[in-house]
Amino acid sequence: MFDYHALAPELIVGGTLMAALLADLVLPEERKYLVGVVGIVGLVAALFPLLTLGFCEDLGFCSGATERVMFGGSYVVDDFALVMKGLFLVTGVISILMSVGYIESERYYQGEFYWLIVASVTGAVVMASSRDLITVFIGLELVSGPAFLLAGWRKGDVRSNEAALKFFLIGVLSAAILLFGMSLVYGLTGEITFEGIRAASATLADEPAFVMGVIFVLVGFGFKISAVPFHFWAPDTYQGAPTPVAAYLSVGSKAAGFVGLLTVCYLAFSEVASIWGPALWLLAALSMTIGNLTALKQTNIVRLLGFSSVAHAGFVLVPFAMAASYDAEGLQSAFFASITYLLVYAFMNLGAFAVVIAVAAKTGSAELDDWAGLSRYAPVPAVLLAVFFFSLAGIPPLAGWFAKLVMFRAVLGGTGAWGAALAVIAAVNAVIALAYYARVVKTAFMDPVPATVPLADAGAPIAPALVLALGVTAAVVVVAGFYPPILSFFGDAARALAFGG
Amino acid sequence: MSWYDQGWGLSLTVFLPLVGVGTLLLIPKTQERLVKATALGFALASFAASVALLIRFDFGSSAAFQFGTDLSWIPAIGSRYHIGIDGISLPLLVLSTFITVLALVYSWDHWPEPRNPKAFSALILLLATGMAGTFVALDLILFFIFFELVLLPMYFMIGIWGDRAMIRLPGFRREVETRLYAAIKFFLFTLFGSAFMLLGFLALYFKADPHTFDIVALHQAGAMGVFDGTYGAWVFAALFLGFAVKVPMWPLHTWLPDAHTAAPTVGSVLLAAILLKLGSYGFIRISLPILPQQAQDWAPVIAILAVIAIIYGSLACLAQTDMKRLIAFSSVGHMGFVMLAIATLTEAGINAAVIGMVAHGVITGLLFFLAGSMAHRYHTREMARLGGNQKVMPILAGILGFTAMASLGLPGLAGFWGEFMALLGAFNPLDGLSLGVFRTAMVVGAIGTVLTAGYLLWMLQKVNLGEVPDEWAGKDLHDADRFELAAWVPLVVMILAIGIWPKLVFGATEGAVANLIKTAFGG
Repeated sequence: MFDYHALAPELIVGGTLMAALLADLVLPEERKYLVGVVGIVGLVAALFPLLTLGFCEDLGFCSGATERVMFGGSYVVDDFALVMKGLFLVTGVISILMSVGYIESERYYQGEFYWLIVASVTGAVVMASSRDLITVFIGLELVSGPAFLLAGWRKGDVRSNEAALKFFLIGVLSAAILLFGMSLVYGLTGEITFEGIRAASATLADEPAFVMGVIFVLVGFGFKISAVPFHFWAPDTYQGAPTPVAAYLSVGSKAAGFVGLLTVCYLAFSEVASIWGPALWLLAALSMTIGNLTALKQTNIVRLLGFSSVAHAGFVLVPFAMAASYDAEGLQSAFFASITYLLVYAFMNLGAFAVVIAVAAKTGSAELDDWAGLSRYAPVPAVLLAVFFFSLAGIPPLAGWFAKLVMFRAVLGGTGAWGAALAVIAAVNAVIALAYYARVVKTAFMDPVPATVPLADAGAPIAPALVLALGVTAAVVVVAGFYPPILSFFGDAARALAFGG
Repeated sequence: MSWYDQGWGLSLTVFLPLVGVGTLLLIPKTQERLVKATALGFALASFAASVALLIRFDFGSSAAFQFGTDLSWIPAIGSRYHIGIDGISLPLLVLSTFITVLALVYSWDHWPEPRNPKAFSALILLLATGMAGTFVALDLILFFIFFELVLLPMYFMIGIWGDRAMIRLPGFRREVETRLYAAIKFFLFTLFGSAFMLLGFLALYFKADPHTFDIVALHQAGAMGVFDGTYGAWVFAALFLGFAVKVPMWPLHTWLPDAHTAAPTVGSVLLAAILLKLGSYGFIRISLPILPQQAQDWAPVIAILAVIAIIYGSLACLAQTDMKRLIAFSSVGHMGFVMLAIATLTEAGINAAVIGMVAHGVITGLLFFLAGSMAHRYHTREMARLGGNQKVMPILAGILGFTAMASLGLPGLAGFWGEFMALLGAFNPLDGLSLGVFRTAMVVGAIGTVLTAGYLLWMLQKVNLGEVPDEWAGKDLHDADRFELAAWVPLVVMILAIGIWPKLVFGATEGAVANLIKTAFGG
């Protein structure tokens, strides 16, 4: 007997996929945006079972254990899974909101576009509950497959084709590496569930083939989260892909990679933290430093955000890079920090991309030079730009500061010089990051309007759906800056996963 | 009014300006009068709330934190909304709300280009919340938020309304506008310091048992020696970096002359009068009581850096041709006296530091007002091109003369007490501190006061005295107008009042300082 309550979010999202396909079939070309509406309604509807599951006992729906284990331990719905599913659904909704005005201008395959986003979100939702290697892999491929198509959606544009091809090749490569690693792990432990691998791996820490398997799995996920040195596809893909897709890739797809990495590391490989701990330390330090230093030189805002998202991947990795040396409390603190960072990052990065879409519609380009003097002719987008970019930089009172704080808190909680060294690297990187975020804001607020900018569209109103996306993300970023518990509550709920580890 | 004393009074003082920001956003840009009135209204309300606190303050027990509250804020990391004021923070809190009001009064008729009163007043109010909040926060994370909250408004204020003159930076071929360079320099320097300060706060949190960000609890832990040893030394170094950039102490001061010079008048005033105090306040509120052992180890270093700042600041002043830049460098010197006073770790010293901070706030604030108004009239700040101010605008010149006298530490005016008592404290520092270092510091500091007198008199001579250069003949050089006077006269009165009756400040600080020294240093 299935636990239909626990599977309700997946069932609703799956139903939405069918409904979107049908809607696309019957709707006339000029009403295709309604497919997007179907997608949004479906994703929002899927949020409700998350609430009833999360507050199951308080609402009187069930009693006893809130953790639901299904399919022989392969699929688990716990608080961590609920929080991450919520994040993916919200990311999907905001991505669709950002797309509506953007893709209407091109007038083709609109229905498919929305459908692909919902399909990708479905994969992410599955990933959050996956607790064995095969389910994780299938979930991850379900996230990536539609994303390959989405990246190449502007088919007339060479850059978009390049973006899709690059993303596809790297995606296939990383999938192959991931599978190879998984096959080694399976071969040596004889298990595919995380629980089984954990139990069998205690004696394998010195087995070279197993170490190789673990490293290959890390590398596979490293591509998905675009950590240095597996990041080089990300800026090219973001720049070439339609901007709403870049937003989705940098938040939804990346968070899915993190979910996989977190669950695999904490649940399956928790006995061999001495293998992945130092590797992640290195990835974190490299991602922050190289991501930020490269971002300094960018002149295109989407590329800049691409490198900044590489750097942010490094910041998310910082807390559990030290996991090998943590006690139970430290592990939970690290887990809490990574999840909270992801939550905050999701809203501020989606917001930043939404601003880019809104402004690019006015200036006709995402080149930094063309944004000069933005505040003169478009004060509201300019202020929002400042809000999101300074939040990404971690400047109080915008939500980004809290993400940075919990990250520092987690890494300093352990003992030893390595943690302190990583904290110092992160602190220096926070300052470097400010330099390029502030440069964008400077250009928008303090430079004169260039004569060459085609300002014909400057007065055009922003698409209503985009306004909604901007409003939601800006509100979360500002309110969470003053009152962080609205996001940290979810991070706190999710940390229960680290108990099991 | 028990509700007022249990946190609401302080919260209103801090957050009324923030509510003002929200209100301003709802008013259309074209309604300039309404915008100005709303901004001023909220600033006045915040000032009134702080004055009410001043009146209700129990001076008999100024060592205790009053009007406080302690509410849940971020349970996930154990940070709480804990606020309260004692005798040390009270004068600074009132000073910050007071200067905010004056800044808006002055701005009523003096908007820097490119105008936009709505955005400019909103930034001033946002600054006000950050400044007042820093002085009332009793939780390290809360302190950090308010401490950083001032960065954004000041960045925009300098970057948008700042000086448009071009400068060439060493090593660059292209020229850049001063405001752009100064704004980002200010931002990066401060953020660099505060990133390490935050690491220091977290280190304190993890060392305390039970883990806490609560400043009062950490005071007790510090007095018991929880943070002694190498660990504490690293923490002190991290905090030092954060506070020293803000003060600023030599050699981390290089952002200050650029920022002060490039900022619009009101920005310079707020920067000098309040923002610099956040750093020295941090030393008094956090570094000394929580890390008393390390404070004693570091005191000679701080004293030496402080006297270098005094001498360096004065000599740099003598080399300036730009009036505003001269006043900016004078801040380096004056804050040097404040830091020297703090380094003595004595009652006389800390009292001197607080009164020095308040006095520097009103005096240098006023000097920047005056320099701004003069630049507004002459469209230049080059002192070589000015002269005979006394003849064309006697009132403004008179106030300038008066304020310069106060700044050089003339007895009977506010600036005297801070300098005099700082030197007095350096003569007799806390037991165990090197007498040689501190007495040398005292002598060098005393030479610094002479240099201070030198450059200020030199400035007066160039600007106020002599004949009016021909190039200004026939130009419209009106004397101080009513908005300027409305902003300046209260400051003149304050300078006189504190100078004649320093108990205005000491009355509040004495008890609190005595308690701080006793619990932290046993003396």
